[in-house]
Amino acid sequence: MSTTVASIVAVGDINVAQNVGFGVIALMMIVAAIRVVSTNDVVHAALWLVLVLAGVAAQYILAAAEFVAVSQVLVYIGAVMVLFLFGIMLTRAQIGGDRDVNNSTWALGIPAAVLLFGVLAWAVLDGVDELPGVDDSVIVDRGPAPTVAISDGFIGPYLVPFLALSFVLLAAAIGAIVLARKD
Amino acid sequence: MLAANFLLLAAVIFCIGVYGVVARRNAVLVLMSVELILNSVNLNLVAFAVMNGTIDGQVFALFVIAIAAAEVGVGLAMVLMVYRNRHSISLDELSEMKG
Repeated sequence: MSTTVASIVAVGDINVAQNVGFGVIALMMIVAAIRVVSTNDVVHAALWLVLVLAGVAAQYILAAAEFVAVSQVLVYIGAVMVLFLFGIMLTRAQIGGDRDVNNSTWALGIPAAVLLFGVLAWAVLDGVDELPGVDDSVIVDRGPAPTVAISDGFIGPYLVPFLALSFVLLAAAIGAIVLARKD
Repeated sequence: MLAANFLLLAAVIFCIGVYGVVARRNAVLVLMSVELILNSVNLNLVAFAVMNGTIDGQVFALFVIAIAAAEVGVGLAMVLMVYRNRHSISLDELSEMKG
């Protein structure tokens, strides 16, 4: 009995740290995401996007998904951001801000986004009681997700989608070269 | 920690991305907003993996990451082609196909 109580207290302590970490990272992500869609400088938007992507990777680690977090850092922060910066450079965005990066009807996006968030938040909060495993101990107790299980998923039940995905990547690479080369 | 926190955070990021897609005129900035949306969906998938106690959500998130990489590659190639032909990447100038 006492070990159970002690383990619950320990889990509670970990959860406090986890909650604080989640809140800090979530706040950073939201601020950075708002800067991505509100800044007038395209390069600054790309750099704020790096902060959002890094925050997502940190949230993956909090959710015990280390392999996905490492993939996020490698693919997004490593490869996609370099692509974005090259795209910005090759389309010659003005350094130090641009006046016309927004549509003339940009203000319509605010009520659309707020309305959408209202619907999504209502759906999440309404269905949260029926979700499995939303108690406080679910994340801490599982420990790190085994990479072995992920690889077993890829070459087991998800083998056909995995092969299809490799063809999609091949087609995307060839298509990007065909589209972007000068002929 | 409530797993619903992940879902609410993903909803916030998703809506910010939707606002970016609606409001931006620069094609590269629209692609960045699409990245925000895809990342919020990934966050949801990982949260579902935590809730179910299975690995499937993480596998789906890895699929989405790979598809997003392909999408950015093709999308930026198209933006470069549009810039080369028109010397502008303003999306509201691409209106030849309107009825």
